[in-house]
Order: sequence, then C-alpha cells, then structure tokens
Amino acid sequence: MKRSEGTALSVFLTVLVISSAWLFTQRYWWMPEVASVHGPAIDRVFSIVLVITGIMFVVLQLTLAVLVFKFGRNRDVQRRLWSRPRAEKWFAIVAGSVIFMVDVSVYSLGESEWLKAWKTAPADAALVEVTGEQFMWNFRYPGADGALGKTDPALTTSSNALGVDSRDPTSADDVLSTNQLHLVVGKPVRMRIRSKDVIHSFNLPHFRVKQDAVPGMAIEVWFIPTREGQFEIVCNQLCGLAHYRMKAFLTVESQESFSQWISQMTPGGK
Amino acid sequence: MDAVTEEGVQETHRGHGFIRKYVFSLDHKIVGLQYFFTAMAMAVFGGVLSMLMRLQLGWPSHSWPLLEKLLPVGMAGGIMKPEFYLSLQTMHGTIMAIFVLTAVFTGGFGNYLIPLQIGARDMAFPLLNMLSYWVYALSCVVVILAFFVEGGAPISGWTAYPPLSAIPAAGPGEGLGQDLWIVAIALFTVSSMMGVLNYITTILQARTRGMTMMRLPLNIWGMFTSSIISLLTFPVLLAAGVLLLTDRLLGTSFFIPSGLVIGEKLVQHAGGHPLLWQHLFWYFGHPEVYIVIVPAMGIAAEIIAAFIRKPVFGYRLMAGCWVAIAALSLIVWGHHMFVSGMNPFLGSVFAFTTLLITVPSAILMLCWVVSLWGANIQFKPPMLFALGFISIFLAGGLGGFFLGSALTDIPLHDTYFVVGHFHLTMAMSPLFAVFAAIYYWFPRLFGRMLNERLAKVHFWFSIAGAYAVFLTMHILGVGGMIRHTYDPTQYEMFQHLQAPNRFVTYAAFVLAASQLVFLFNFFWSLFRGPKAAANPWKVNTLEWAAPDPIPHGNWGARTPDVYRWPYDYGVPGVVQDFVPQHVASIEETSG
Repeated sequence: MKRSEGTALSVFLTVLVISSAWLFTQRYWWMPEVASVHGPAIDRVFSIVLVITGIMFVVLQLTLAVLVFKFGRNRDVQRRLWSRPRAEKWFAIVAGSVIFMVDVSVYSLGESEWLKAWKTAPADAALVEVTGEQFMWNFRYPGADGALGKTDPALTTSSNALGVDSRDPTSADDVLSTNQLHLVVGKPVRMRIRSKDVIHSFNLPHFRVKQDAVPGMAIEVWFIPTREGQFEIVCNQLCGLAHYRMKAFLTVESQESFSQWISQMTPGGK
Repeated sequence: MDAVTEEGVQETHRGHGFIRKYVFSLDHKIVGLQYFFTAMAMAVFGGVLSMLMRLQLGWPSHSWPLLEKLLPVGMAGGIMKPEFYLSLQTMHGTIMAIFVLTAVFTGGFGNYLIPLQIGARDMAFPLLNMLSYWVYALSCVVVILAFFVEGGAPISGWTAYPPLSAIPAAGPGEGLGQDLWIVAIALFTVSSMMGVLNYITTILQARTRGMTMMRLPLNIWGMFTSSIISLLTFPVLLAAGVLLLTDRLLGTSFFIPSGLVIGEKLVQHAGGHPLLWQHLFWYFGHPEVYIVIVPAMGIAAEIIAAFIRKPVFGYRLMAGCWVAIAALSLIVWGHHMFVSGMNPFLGSVFAFTTLLITVPSAILMLCWVVSLWGANIQFKPPMLFALGFISIFLAGGLGGFFLGSALTDIPLHDTYFVVGHFHLTMAMSPLFAVFAAIYYWFPRLFGRMLNERLAKVHFWFSIAGAYAVFLTMHILGVGGMIRHTYDPTQYEMFQHLQAPNRFVTYAAFVLAASQLVFLFNFFWSLFRGPKAAANPWKVNTLEWAAPDPIPHGNWGARTPDVYRWPYDYGVPGVVQDFVPQHVASIEETSG
C-alpha cells in the first residue's frame, strides 16, 4: 500500500511550522508600541516565553512530521520501546524534569515582575479615580488637596454621575472628566478603579495595564507613562449591550499642557 | 463481577415495545446513541451560531438582507444587533462546551463503550442512565428556549459574570433568557451527576472476570478520570447557579454588592461580592476543560494504539498522568482571575499550579510521540484525526504558558489570544477526537463503514481550517484585539487587524463547509455504506468481540473472560499480529 498520507501529513506539518514561524516573528500585527515604564519588562518576558514555546512547537511538530513520514506502512516494526515499567519510569522522570524546569523558568521570569507591579506606588504618584459605568468611563481628579470627595450612590443623578456628596469640603476642588483621561508624561499615577454597575475592565493596551473594575471594590494599579500622545482606552470585560463601544481616550502630555487642561475643567467633581 | 446476573438476561428484556426499546430505553447502547445524536444536533446548532458571529466580525454591521428573512428580530434591517451578537456568543460557548462536548464523550461514547469494553452487560444503574439522558434532553430544550423568550438569550457570556447576569435591568436577555440559561445548566448538572456516578460505579464494579484496572482500554481510563472530575466540580456549578437564581428571583445578594446604580436607579441589594461567583464558576469552569479533554486524550491514545500495530508506550504512565491532571485541575481555577481584582499573591500561587499541569500533559504527549517510533502506522481516517489531535493539542497547549503566567496574562487576558488558545485545546482537539472516534467505532455502532475518501477530504480541510482560524486568532490577540466585541473596528488601534480578522472568517467558513462533507458521509454511509467486517481494524478490545448485532445485555450466556491487556500488537514470538483480550492462548513462533 502507498504511504502517501504520511508524506502528506509530514509536508503539512512542515508548512505549518514555517507559516507559524513567520506569523510569530512578523511585527506588523503585533502588540501596540509600549508607552509605560513597566511595559518593556512584560514584553521581554513575553518574548522569552515565545522563544521557549516556539522551540518546543518547532521541535515537536517536526518530530511528529518525521515519525509519520518514516514509519508509515513500515514493514520492519521495531519493538524496543515497549511498555516496560523501567523504561516508563525513567522516561517519566526525564521528561517530567525537563518540562518542570521549563515551568519553573517561565514562572520565575514572570513572577518577579508580577510582584514588582503590585508594589506600593511611589509617594509622589498622582491619584486618579476611574469609575466604569454602562457604557462610559468617569475620571475624577482630587485637585490641590489630593483627596477625593465622598460619594454616595443614593445621590447619583444624571448631573452627578458618581453621586458626589457636595457637603464634603474635599469635593470642592475635584474635577470630573468623562471619557477623557489626561496624564503627565514621566509622572507616576495611581489609578483607583471602581465600577458603578457591572464589571468592566480598564485596559490601556499601549501601557500594558489591564484591571477589572468590580462594583463594590476599589482596586489600585499604578504606572508611569513614558510617551506623549493620544491613546485609546478599552473596556475589556463584557459589560452589556454597548460594551464594544465603551471607549475612552488618554492624552499623555507635558505638565504645562496638563495644568492648562485641568484648569479649564469645572471643579466640584460632578 | 457482573452487574446483572448472567442467566436470563435475554428473558428480562424481551417483549418490550418500540417506546421501551428505543425511546425510554434502559439499554446503555441506545442511551449512548441518544446522547450522541442529541449532542450532534446541538453541535450543528452551535456551529451555525458561530458562523453568524464570524459574519459580523468579518464585515462589521454590514447589511445581509437575506438573513433578515431568516432572523427578523436579531437581524432587523439586515444588520446584526449588538445584543443578538452577544446572545450568539453566550449560547455558542454554553452549547459547545457543555451541551456538546461534555455530553458526547462520557454520555455518548462512554455510555456505548464502557459496558462493552469492560465486558459488562449494562451500566450499573440502567434506570438512572435513562433518566440521565432524558434530563439532558430536557436541558437542551430549555437552553434553546432562551432564544425565543422576550429579550432573547442572555448576553452575559458562557461565564455569566454577575452583576450583569444577576440584574435583569443590566441588559437585554438578562430577564427570562438568563433564568432559562441557569435552569438549563442546573438540569444539565443533575443529568451529569446521574451519568458520571453510573460510569464510575460501572467501571469499578462491573468489570468482567480478568478485566483488572490495568487491563482497561485507555479510553476507559480517560472516561473514568473525566467522570471523577465531573463528580467533584459540577455540584459546585449547580450550587452557584442556585445562588444566582435566588439573587435574581428572591432578592438575595450573594453576588450583588450594595450601591449599584443601573440606568440611574439604585439597585436594592447589599452585601454580596461579584468575585464569589467567579471563584465558584471557575472552580467548575477550569476542570470543565479537563472533563472534555481527558476523555478526548483517552480516545486519541486508544486509536493511536490500534493503528501503530505495536504495543503502545507508557500505558501506566498515561493512566497516572490523567489522575494527576484530575487532581491538579481542582487547584488552578484562579488563572482565569489574574486581573479580576483577586489578591495578586493568590495569582502567584495559581500561576504556579497552572504551570505544573503542563508536566502530566507533556508526558502524555511524549508517550504518543514515542509510541510512533518504529511503528507500522496505518493511515486510516481515525488515525489521521488522532494524529491531528496530537498536533493541535500541542499547538494549543503551548499558548497556556503565556496565559498561565500572571505577568504575560496581563496584555493577553480577554483578547483573541485566549479565544484561539481555548479553541485549539478544548474545541478543536476534542472535536478531532470525536471525529477519530466516529470513524473508528462507526462500524461497531452501525455495522457499516464510512467512506474513506470523503473522510480524508474532511480531515485535510478540518486540520488546515482549524489552524488557519485559531492560530491566526492568537496573533489578533497579541495585537490586543479584545474578545466579546461586536465590532472590533470601533477602535483605531485594531483597524490594521481587520485583514487577518477577515481571513479568520473565510477560514471559518471553509472549516464549517468541510463539516458538511462529514455529515453527508455520516448519513449516506448509515444507510448505504459497505457492510463492515466483524473486527475491521483488527483490534483487541472487547467491544469487537460482542455478537453482531449486539443484544440488550451485550453478551450471550456468559460474559467474556479477559486474559491480557488490550495492546498485544505485533508481539515478538507470537504468530498473530494482534491478540484480543478474551483470547486465552497464543500461538508462539519457534525461536
């Protein structure tokens, strides 16, 4: 009988390896250009994991290709690799240790950076509160006093999106901006992430920042923008009908332009 | 041991009418076929939903006047509504993961094969088995009903995260549609419990003489382990579903915190926590992947073992790896929640346990690869699909390194990278195992052979299509394209991804079209296929030793005696190329 299927499958697997190698080394459809201080570390770990998994992919797919090519309709069956307890034991120990070492290296590569990302923000970090709601983003700046005014959901109206309690004096200099976030380049910022209704996710792809906004929780993440420009803010958690267009904009700019922008905003936090 | 006393089995079941024989049947083979055909119908339905989604993603908000005629509500004006898109996505995920893949392996193949392969007369609890199917059938009806109620099917995804899924005002489909979804999941869980208790008991208690655990066919090991995972995790989903339902209908607040404002109205709930649902859901949701993939691996291993014509490598090792996977699967759920607001230190722990699960998975993969060494590979359609399974599972599994590590999950979480990853691992791999199983056991199930040429056409288009669709999705995800989105072109930064995104749609159509070749082959061969020989693949397992057609009770006066493991192929010093498990003595060659 012919062994054409084996040949065809090995050709297919080879083509697969080549096209995958191209797909994962081209850079046109790739991560958006990084714009934060911690971002390059994530990208570096990503690249290393890509190399490790890439090698495993190529080696194993090509091994499969060689085996199906070589042993299709094979008359001369080799019977050495049998299910013998001893062979199995050593095979398990060797294969298990190799893959375990890969696991440990992938884990430790990511782990140190992961823990770094969750360290307390620098003392000079600015604070911005992000509140997701169906289907927009509210950004609240604390003003000169550095403190955000109290909110009470019961006070929420169409003209007071966050339910800011005006009796609280710290709210007087707060600034609320809808769908427009402005940050100062090079300055650390703490984003306090909340939600009014369902779960959203505050995602800044260029900054490698992604954090769910969970109602009932205030979760802080911090980062340092490194590049001036206009960026898109994505809602990355299914939040309902218009989730797909729950989009906001981030402007990273110099301290001067930022001060100018915020001075034009109406204080009061509403 | 036998579940049923040996004498008079034939007598007991004789004389029932059509309804007892084919509808409310106690025969595991009929129940298996009922499961199989129901799951197949659900798969076609779920597949059509995905095609509609791909149409929208390839050409966002394009007008399709023809589709308006078929779907006057969801496609009013010919353009897909966002809520319809989201309901398609919820239902596609739910139907495929639970109502198709969870049902078809243990419910379909397991039911048919477990008693036959272990030499039993039926399941340990035939009545429970019948009930299991009929509750499953009911759950399928209920889940599809969600499309036809006011507001339509739920839009909250197959993960149904509250508060979106807990508050009817949060969106269309979150009313009666979501209630029906929960009820359907609850019914499925009940059905699954009745099923898996039965499979576990049968495998442990009803094996025939000589069928020790270490002589079980590999696919039985897969189904056994999968059933144990189901038993340990599905009840948690049921509990979570009940809590969600009481939040929705009785005013409790398990998952709803205080102070929610939806549509400028204050929601009257207080004290709950949305992350509680995520923990409960993923405690089931991640093991669910293994509930599906472990029996798929078992089938692939079984079929590889049959077509290499030499003893499979690592039988004990594979069984051990499945048990290890089952154990580890219970402590990895948090990797779905790295950016959910869960304590980041918990993320560190879950990242480690998640990566650990690659150890048994990789060993399994290597066992199959090593088994091919020096083999005499027969490229029959089941084997092609089993080899495709290895290749695809490898490709999908490697993506797990990126998502399992908390740091690299940050940019990739909830992007198309995840969609590509889980479709390769828990959609395409299991599907390839299902096809391998169908091509392999079709002659036993229906006494006829499937057309080999059509099967090969089906294979080549399926494997090329699977890779074209889901490998490309990985790149979309690296580019940041988010999932759950009705229209990715809303974002400027995803505009350049629209070309590969449209390519995915074209490839998905090819993939779907090649399944029509399979369906044609299946139904044509069912009636017109050439009659199958008694043991067409020349294999050792007991199901091929049963009489043809297989009567209720499976065996004649006495269940078979088992003398050996199932993989005595091409044993040196033995005349026969294969030695079935029930053959007592072998003929040895001299020297």
